[in-house]
Amino acid sequence: MAEAMSTSRAINAAMRVAMASDPRVFLAGEDIGVYGGAFGVTDGLLGEFGAERVRDTPISEDAIVGMAVGAAITGLRPVIEMQFSDFVVNAMDPLVNQAAKLHFMYGGNVTVPMVLRLPGGGGTGAAEQHSQSLEAWFAHVPGLKVVAPSTPQDAHDLLLAAINDPDPVVLVEHKLLYKVEGPVEVRGSLAEVDPAFAGTVVRRRGRDLTVVSYSRGCAVALEAAERLAADGIEAEVLDLRSLRPMDLGPVIASVVATGRLLVTHEAPGPVGVGAEVVAGVVGSEAFDHLLVPPARVAGRDNPMPYAPGLERATIPQVEDVAAAARRLMAEDD
Amino acid sequence: MPRIDPATAEGARAALTTMWTIRRFEEALEDLYSRGLLHGTNHLSIGQEAVAVGVCGALEDGDLITSTHRGHGHCIAHGADPMRMMAELLGRVDGYCRGRGGSMHIADVAAGNLGANGIVAGSMTIAVGAALSMRMQQRDAVVVCFFGDGAANEGSFHEALNLAGVWRLPVLFLCENNQYGMSMSQNASTAGGSVAARGAAYGIEGRRIDGNDLDAVHAAAAEAVAGVRAGGGPALLEAVTYRYRGHSKSDRNLYRTLDEIESWRSERDPVDRFEAAAVASERLTVDDVDAVRAEARDLLRDAVQRAVRSPEPDVDDLDGAAYAGRSTAAVA
Repeated sequence: MAEAMSTSRAINAAMRVAMASDPRVFLAGEDIGVYGGAFGVTDGLLGEFGAERVRDTPISEDAIVGMAVGAAITGLRPVIEMQFSDFVVNAMDPLVNQAAKLHFMYGGNVTVPMVLRLPGGGGTGAAEQHSQSLEAWFAHVPGLKVVAPSTPQDAHDLLLAAINDPDPVVLVEHKLLYKVEGPVEVRGSLAEVDPAFAGTVVRRRGRDLTVVSYSRGCAVALEAAERLAADGIEAEVLDLRSLRPMDLGPVIASVVATGRLLVTHEAPGPVGVGAEVVAGVVGSEAFDHLLVPPARVAGRDNPMPYAPGLERATIPQVEDVAAAARRLMAEDD
Repeated sequence: MPRIDPATAEGARAALTTMWTIRRFEEALEDLYSRGLLHGTNHLSIGQEAVAVGVCGALEDGDLITSTHRGHGHCIAHGADPMRMMAELLGRVDGYCRGRGGSMHIADVAAGNLGANGIVAGSMTIAVGAALSMRMQQRDAVVVCFFGDGAANEGSFHEALNLAGVWRLPVLFLCENNQYGMSMSQNASTAGGSVAARGAAYGIEGRRIDGNDLDAVHAAAAEAVAGVRAGGGPALLEAVTYRYRGHSKSDRNLYRTLDEIESWRSERDPVDRFEAAAVASERLTVDDVDAVRAEARDLLRDAVQRAVRSPEPDVDDLDGAAYAGRSTAAVA
C-alpha cells in the first residue's frame, strides 16, 4: 500500500529493503553512518545493519569507487554514495576506466554489479563545485547505465533495480527532490522490481507538443504544462527515467502525434542528453511528422554561479520552458 | 600450504619451469612482433621473473591477485594457460578476453587473477575492494596487489594503502620496482627514495627485498602472506628488480646506458641466479636445468602453434558485450 514519503525516505527505504533481502548488499560513502549522509539519505541504516555493512569511508573518492569495483567483481553488491556528485570527478578512473570496462575488457569473465548514488544539481546555493549535473558524462560511456528518477516511487524502484542489475549503474539524484513527497509503495524485496522496468513514461497527456525531461526537469516541465494549459496549449510530458540505455520509443510515438518536440534539462545543452533525444527523434519516423524544428531548454552554458539571481538564471525555470513551448506553437501557425 | 616450496627439489623445479615459461613467453612475443604477426603494443617482463614466481608461488589456491600493464609474468605464475594468453595477444577468440583486452588486460578469474590493468595504479583500489569482499564473505583468501614503482606516485596508491590500513584488510601490496616508470628513474620520481618506507605512514610494515633472488622473494612473500592471512592487516613489499627490454615498443632506450642493462643481465639475472643456487644447493642437477629449459621451450612452441590456429573474433561478438544485463532500451 502506498504511503506519502519524501524522495530521500524512499531511497532510504530501498536501501533497507535491499540490505534486508540480500546479504551481498552493503553501503559505503563519506559520513553515511552516524551522520546519516550529508543529506540524511542513509539515516538510521547504521543502527539497523551495523558498521560492517554501512561503511563510513575516508574522504577518498578514488578509493571508495575503486574499492566498490573490487568488491563487485568478487561477489558483493556495493551501493556507494558520493557525498556530492561533483566529487565523483576524483573517481573517474575507477568509474570510467574500470567499472565501465571490466566486463567487456575481460571477455565477460567478471560482472560489476555496483551502484553509484550521485546527489547532484543546483538550486541550493552551493555554487560551482557542488551543483553540477554531470549525467551526460556517464551516459556517454559504454558499459555504464544511468538512471535519473523524478518521483519518490521511481527513486525507490530505480535504486532497487540498479542494485539488482549485473552492471554498474549511476543513479542521478537531484538534491532538490530529496524533500519532495509523493506516494511510495515500499517493495518487499529486491526481486519485486524488474530491472527492465525503467523505460520512458508519459507523465502528462497532451495533444499539442511533446516535452521531454528527466529528474527535476520533469517537475519544471509539468508546472510549465499547467501554465500552458491555461492558455489552451496541451503539452505531453515524458520522463526518460533512464538515460542509458535510453528508451526513445515513447518519445517518438508522442512526437508522431504532436509534431513538436521540446527537451529540457538542467545540465548545459552542448553535447548533452537533449541533443541525443533530438537526434534520435529526427532520425526516426517522427521526422516526417515534425511541424517545427525541435528545441532545447537547457542549463545556461556556464558553471553554476553563487548569487541567487545568477543561479536562477543558470537553471531552466518554468517560465523558460513555457516560453519555449509557446514559440514552438507559434512557429508553424 | 604455499603452492610452491622452492626449498624442495620439486618446488625448485616448478619455480624454474615457471620462470622459463615466462621468459619464453615474452621472447615469443618479441619474435611474433618482429615478424609482423602481433599488433598493438606490449610490455615485457624479461628480467623480473623472480618477483612473479616467488610471490605467486607463496600463495594458496583461492588467493587473488591484481596485476599491471606488465602482467604476463603474474598471469603465468598464477596459473594461466600460456596458449590462451597468446591467443589473447594475437586477438583470437580463445584468448582470455575473447580478443577484446589484449596484452594489458588479461584476467583469469577462474585462477584468481582479477586482471591486469592498463592504468598505472588502476588495480590498487580494486585489490582493496576484493580484500574487503573476502573478509565480508568470511573467506580465508589473501589478495596480492602487484604494482610498479611508478604507481607509488599516483594518488590511488595512497588512497588504497590508507583505506586498507584503516580497515585492516587482507591485502599484500607488492611493489615490483624495476627502477623506471617508462623513462623516469625511481630516484628522480620518488621523494624519500623508498616505496617500502611509505607503508609506515599508513601503519603498514614495508620491506624492501632483492627482487631478483627467487628464494628471497618467496620467503618474504610467504612470511608477509601468512601475517596478512592471520589477520595482521595489510603488508607492503618492495621487490627491487630490473627490466631488460624497453618500456614498450616505442622505447628508444635514451634514459639509461647499455652498460647498466648489461650489468643487470650478466650479474644479477634472476633465472641464472636461481639455476646456480638450485644446483649449488643440490635441489636441481644440471640435467634438470637443461630439461626445464627444453620443457618451457616446447610448451611455448606448442602454445604459439595452437594460438595462431584460433579464429579471429566475429564482430557480432561485440553486440551487447559491454553489459552483462540488458544493454538496450526497455519497453515502457
